[in-house]
Amino acid sequence: MYSEADAHAPHVSDADEAEAIGPAPARQSYLSIAAILEAARRSGADAVHPGYGFLSENWRFAQACRDAGLTFVGPSPEAIRLMGDKIEARRLMASVGLPVLPGSDGPVGDVAAAERVASAVGFPVLLKAAGGGGGIGMARVNAASELAAAYATARRRAEAAFGDGALYVERYAEGARHVEVQVMGDAQGTVLHLHERECSIQRRHQKLVEESPAPVLPSETKSGLTRAAVAGARAIGYVNAGTMEFLVDSAGAFWFLEMNTRLQVEHPVTEEVTGLDLVAAQLRVAAGEPLPWRQDEISQRGAAVEVRIYAEDPSKGFLPSPGTIAALVLPEGDGVRVECGVAQGSVVSVHYDPLLMKIVTRGTTRAEAIARMEAALAACMVDGVKTTIPFLRRVMAHPDFRRGTVHTQMVEQGAFNA
Amino acid sequence: MPEDIKAHITGVVFQVVAHPGDAVSEGDPVIVLESMKMEIPVESPRSGVVKTIPVQEGQTVQEGEVVAVLE
Repeated sequence: MYSEADAHAPHVSDADEAEAIGPAPARQSYLSIAAILEAARRSGADAVHPGYGFLSENWRFAQACRDAGLTFVGPSPEAIRLMGDKIEARRLMASVGLPVLPGSDGPVGDVAAAERVASAVGFPVLLKAAGGGGGIGMARVNAASELAAAYATARRRAEAAFGDGALYVERYAEGARHVEVQVMGDAQGTVLHLHERECSIQRRHQKLVEESPAPVLPSETKSGLTRAAVAGARAIGYVNAGTMEFLVDSAGAFWFLEMNTRLQVEHPVTEEVTGLDLVAAQLRVAAGEPLPWRQDEISQRGAAVEVRIYAEDPSKGFLPSPGTIAALVLPEGDGVRVECGVAQGSVVSVHYDPLLMKIVTRGTTRAEAIARMEAALAACMVDGVKTTIPFLRRVMAHPDFRRGTVHTQMVEQGAFNA
Repeated sequence: MPEDIKAHITGVVFQVVAHPGDAVSEGDPVIVLESMKMEIPVESPRSGVVKTIPVQEGQTVQEGEVVAVLE
């Protein structure tokens, strides 16, 4: 399905059948439950895959599909709703033994309440939106004097984005890594993990580089993470693909952050390193079949790295760069996978996320995967908009990245500046 | 001397912050643009008084288009 802005997009011309769902603004197309259900009815579809972004983590959409007699390729509306409330998710995971960062037990009602919690756990703290996701309504607060202004901004953003201004407070984990675990459950009650991904290279709390396995991760930390992820997903009877996100500190301690109840943008690194097809498994599970693998059959072979090429100008603080793709050359070769949403002549509009494509490389070793990525980035050419390619080439060449000693603040601290 | 404030990026006007007659300081946002899911403020280059805001919320503006005029 496609909006008017995407009528000529590659995903539309590649499809056997495509349904128009409305005008360019997402509220009237990709975020319109009514328009999507109508397109499903018109086309005679019996299932809906929500992808990522837009309505993919919207429990009302999952419920509306169920009510319309359509199979939603994802978890139940109940699980989406439970994990969508980040405060409830944190509380629930703590109750089944997962470590969480010190912070508020529930929403903080006002600035004074936020300050009481922040003083108790110690600055810096992170203000986060209960309705959360995508880094929206998230603010680092270094001192009590900054709290009132940060609280007002975060609340306004959270209300605009999620229709819910509730905020909570967590201790800020300085210098921590973002490591997540891919999980998958079926309707028979089996929950498996597909190992971890390291996703610390971020700007605005959004990922730019992901890889699997996570480099230099102590084996006991890794097994602790996968055990916790499976226990957490089991506790909510999770079905289909999901991701449990954690922060890991330099000593190997970890804390549960949140669960993403959908396929992730970065799922290809897991597919490349396990050799398994996550989307095919999602469809089987949605059709009521058991998971096609046993836990002991799922192993990491070699290494895979993914980079996200955004229409943004990294030299200007990753400012969006809409425009028309005047020329496009995609990399190819052994161990190179490209998932690209644009073609020559495509208009990169102001309406949607600026992700143009993902490049994924794999290798027998991490060094080989990185070398292949360097060659792929050198061969990739996008004319007409600014992109993150020059930035990503500096990441690949950076000694800390090559050592695997990364953390979530490196981009904002300027570690990869030209 | 009047001075035009131009959009430094293409986007949709998300919020008009300053209104004609308002006093603004250097760095104050006059409007906020939304582009590719991001909110990007357009800031006043100097202190002054807003003369006109020739754009409305919801309107698409191109990079280089005038979004405010200072007296």
